[in-house]
Amino acid sequence: MNVSSVKGSMSISSSTSTWKAGDTISDQFPAGLRVLVVDDDPTCLMILEKMLIACLYKVTKCNRAETALSKLRENKNGYDIVLSDVHMPDMDGFKLLEHIGLEMDLPVIMMSADDGKQVVMKGVTHGACDYLIKPVRIEALKNIWQHVVRKRKNEWKEFEQSGSVEEGDRQPKQSDDADYSSSANEGNWKGSKRRKDEEEETDERDDTSTLKKPRVVWSVELHQQFVAAVNQLGIDKAVPKKILELMNVPGLTRENVASHLQKYRLYLRRLSGVSQHQSNLSTIISAQDPTFGSLSSLSGLDLQTLAATGQLPAQSLARLQAAGLGRATAKSAIPITLVDQRNIFSFENPKLRFGEGQQQHMTNKQQVNLLHGIPTTMEPKQLVSLRHAAQSVGNMNMQVPPHGPQSSQNNPLLMQMGQQQQQQQSRGQILVDSTINHAPRLSSMGQPILSNGMATNVSSRSGIPENIRAPGYSQTPSMLNFPMNHASELPGNCFPLGSTPGVSNLTSKGAFQEDVNSEIKGSGGFMPSYDVFNDLNQYKPQSWELQNVGIAFDSSQHSNSLQGNLDLTQSALGQQGFSSGQMNGHNRSAAVASKAMFSTGNVKELRSAQNVNQHLNNLLVDNTIRVKSERVCDASPANIFPDHFGQDDLMSALLKQQESVASSENEFDFDGYSMNNIPV
Amino acid sequence: MERNPIRRQLAIMRQSLFDQGHVDEQFVQLEELQDDANPNFVEEVVTLYYRDSARIILNIEQALERKPFDFGKLDAYMHQFKGSSSSIGAKKVKAESTLFRECCKSGNGEGCMRSFQQLKKEYATLRKKFGAYFQLARQAGPVETASRPK
Repeated sequence: MNVSSVKGSMSISSSTSTWKAGDTISDQFPAGLRVLVVDDDPTCLMILEKMLIACLYKVTKCNRAETALSKLRENKNGYDIVLSDVHMPDMDGFKLLEHIGLEMDLPVIMMSADDGKQVVMKGVTHGACDYLIKPVRIEALKNIWQHVVRKRKNEWKEFEQSGSVEEGDRQPKQSDDADYSSSANEGNWKGSKRRKDEEEETDERDDTSTLKKPRVVWSVELHQQFVAAVNQLGIDKAVPKKILELMNVPGLTRENVASHLQKYRLYLRRLSGVSQHQSNLSTIISAQDPTFGSLSSLSGLDLQTLAATGQLPAQSLARLQAAGLGRATAKSAIPITLVDQRNIFSFENPKLRFGEGQQQHMTNKQQVNLLHGIPTTMEPKQLVSLRHAAQSVGNMNMQVPPHGPQSSQNNPLLMQMGQQQQQQQSRGQILVDSTINHAPRLSSMGQPILSNGMATNVSSRSGIPENIRAPGYSQTPSMLNFPMNHASELPGNCFPLGSTPGVSNLTSKGAFQEDVNSEIKGSGGFMPSYDVFNDLNQYKPQSWELQNVGIAFDSSQHSNSLQGNLDLTQSALGQQGFSSGQMNGHNRSAAVASKAMFSTGNVKELRSAQNVNQHLNNLLVDNTIRVKSERVCDASPANIFPDHFGQDDLMSALLKQQESVASSENEFDFDGYSMNNIPV
Repeated sequence: MERNPIRRQLAIMRQSLFDQGHVDEQFVQLEELQDDANPNFVEEVVTLYYRDSARIILNIEQALERKPFDFGKLDAYMHQFKGSSSSIGAKKVKAESTLFRECCKSGNGEGCMRSFQQLKKEYATLRKKFGAYFQLARQAGPVETASRPK
């Protein structure tokens, strides 16, 4: 398809292929659609495969969900859509759906002989884009490509945020920039960035559209180089091109730098305070509302629905964030405010996606859509919460100087940021980040849930893994993700140098996330992790609040358990070979901080978490660990906060949250978030 | 009408499968998937079905020997079996599966036993019919079925 760019500055002749990032057969679409079909029933699998081939799709079949997931992970951009059975022996189809949504954000169609309303509803709420009743007829399969198109279309729409933007070939960056330039007061850099993007995108776009760029792993060294370059240029004058030149890293593209820069900027902004964002946000929101109108209403609905159902897993939030983040990278503009929030949530995801160029854009877009939808509705609230968080964090930072060394150790981010100003900011930032990350990425207020819900809507229940991942990235502790399965992805996205193995994440996670821990306890094994995550997702709304508060403010108690966890983590880290001195240091400090941070409820969890963490660590299951690490990571940054930072207020806030969540925690071992239970 | 006597007989057999309610529309879907590249596709699928479903039948039998009945498990097995059977268009077998599941849901152990016996009968009958049908089909040579020369 040839879409002429509205901007006209870029020739999009070769961008037809961008429509389907990794698929260059766009002209024959939907022929060649890459379908992954998963069904444990060999008869059905055989028939489905034959039917899909008859539809001229490229079919890959699996009879086990695990196999499917690993195939998807190995080749993230190798599939366009997934068809999965609901009832499978090794993994529930809905869990797989969540994983896919979180990790790959592909459209997933569920199938089952079961046509009961409950099951179909479950599919919808988990984010399946369609539900087929078996026996499946070939006619039903002939149209599945529509889901792929729709998803990408939505992403583009979101991306562009303008009614007249064309879908498909439009460069998201361009459109975004253009759209935002009018409403965002992000500053000159955006404008210049946009211009640069426009010029450079044309060149890169053609390349990226047809090529799959390898993901860039933002390792510690690379990030340090990046930061050095940015500082040398001056944060306001740092433009991707110049940074790229200064860094002089072969194989690094301007695009990589641009996306990384965007995230970095957001990070800094968060550190420096939210007020600026607020004003921007409101401006942006008002400017964008019309555009987002439909989307936001949708998202609002979704969010609420999801929130109501407690299915606003952080994952969705993460996804949204990721999307937003992805978008942010694409568009340096507005979305800064919007993106900030998104970015906060998940650095990783967008980065992950982005690293691969076009393809990633697509994925990002998907995510972004969600985010965009959400921001419109959520933004104000998010902003508020974010602000609160930021403020509190900021305050805490101020008071933290004595803990400076500790905190900096805790956060690779801090270390990296290293500069005085930044340090403080980053600390605060980290706190905010962690807070944000922990909770469905939004500050502890209830609002986040909504956005999460949105995310959930889009990403189904992938929540936990995603959330965890994302936070992990932005926060050092969550580095865990890196080592785990998606090492390439993680590093790229996180600012903090993430060598932190997931283990640490686990521990901190245990500390912070009661539900996680409790679940872990129950599961006691690898497989349960899936359940855990499910539950976690459900829990998310509550845990968010709790986490947010806890992380940002709270720090006391249960040092033992936490410490234990962290120790585990560290040893695990050693095993995993991620021992970065930083991380270990982080873990320890995090442990200390976490101790303080946890409320009684957490203690229990920590203990169980310890066991679980160990177990989990041993299992080294990518999914589990990754997820856990993410969550944990989020928590750990928060740990940095010492007790004496207006804890009283925090504690009361925390208590409130806990109470609100307490009831929903019945399913877990601990009594919920009641402050009074401090098993040590 | 097929001029070839074998083909004619094959067509009659096929029609009776439908008329007697042994197979439904889904079976036609399978037939339509058969082409020159996969001339025995339907037979392959049905063979695979009987091989795989035998395992499920065995599981159910074993589960029915344990008292008291674990209706949840029985229902789960039957759900699997039903999915398989419906995918090849085994109409009567599928109907019996539904009955069985209803008995499970209402905790009707006796009903389950009876339903299962009936199901096994239908299952065996269909197997014989398919066996004869495919044997004849192989004799008839490359099948044209419903596809007309372009």
